[in-house]
Amino acid sequence: MMISLSYYLIFSAALFSIGLFGVLARKNAVAILMGVELMLNAVNVNLVAFWRFRTPELIAGQAFAIMVFAVAAAEVAVGLALIISIYRRRNTVVADDIDMLKL
Amino acid sequence: MTPLLVIFIITAAVTLGAALMVVTVRNLVHAALWLVVTLFGVAVMYVLLNAGFLAVAQVVIYIGAIAILMIFAIMLTRHVAIDTGPQVNANWIWAAVLSLALFAALSWTLASWSGFSTALPEMSPRADPLRQLGTALVSPDLYVIPFEVASVLLLAALIGAIMVAWERR
Repeated sequence: MMISLSYYLIFSAALFSIGLFGVLARKNAVAILMGVELMLNAVNVNLVAFWRFRTPELIAGQAFAIMVFAVAAAEVAVGLALIISIYRRRNTVVADDIDMLKL
Repeated sequence: MTPLLVIFIITAAVTLGAALMVVTVRNLVHAALWLVVTLFGVAVMYVLLNAGFLAVAQVVIYIGAIAILMIFAIMLTRHVAIDTGPQVNANWIWAAVLSLALFAALSWTLASWSGFSTALPEMSPRADPLRQLGTALVSPDLYVIPFEVASVLLLAALIGAIMVAWERR
């Protein structure tokens, strides 16, 4: 029995769903960012699996995964800076308490 | 059962279990350490998929930089992080239902696709994905523009992060 594409797709669907649960259910903003990281990783596994199984002669899947790496790094840097800035002003990192934009 | 399949199953189980711990464990520092385990499992997945460069980049960028940055942020906001009480909000049951529904919908949609169980194609022995990736990222008719735009985005994001986190006196 060999590994087929379906194994990787199911794996990354499960990882994406777990990440979505983390984003929706967690209170702490840093934990929400961790959920986003899980979702981005699931997307990357999908991209690389499609590259390996469907178009191994084109490199597009891997090249796009590199872009996702760069965007993920940018997202984490800005997100953590925002969290630290909010923590300084409001002394909280709970996403429910961050409602300065509310009227 | 080929050895590769055994490795895949073990890696998938460890990765998904660690991911579950990331989203459920109460202590945030432990969550960050479980996140490291998850990211490492994904790196093993890249190795299984013949994407060696991505596996190394995963270890260096995700585990070496992003996870460590997370741990720094948790420690800088520490006394609220060890706050007692539940770490999930009141709607967590709906979040769980929605996630399970998404997983079911994704699996069902994928299973009805004809290419779902594509077998692993042979890599030609002369193929060199690393060299191919390197030239693709810098050749003008492939991905040099997205590559440069990504680097400008990263630079802008890092400068923005410094500005946002700057403590004005």
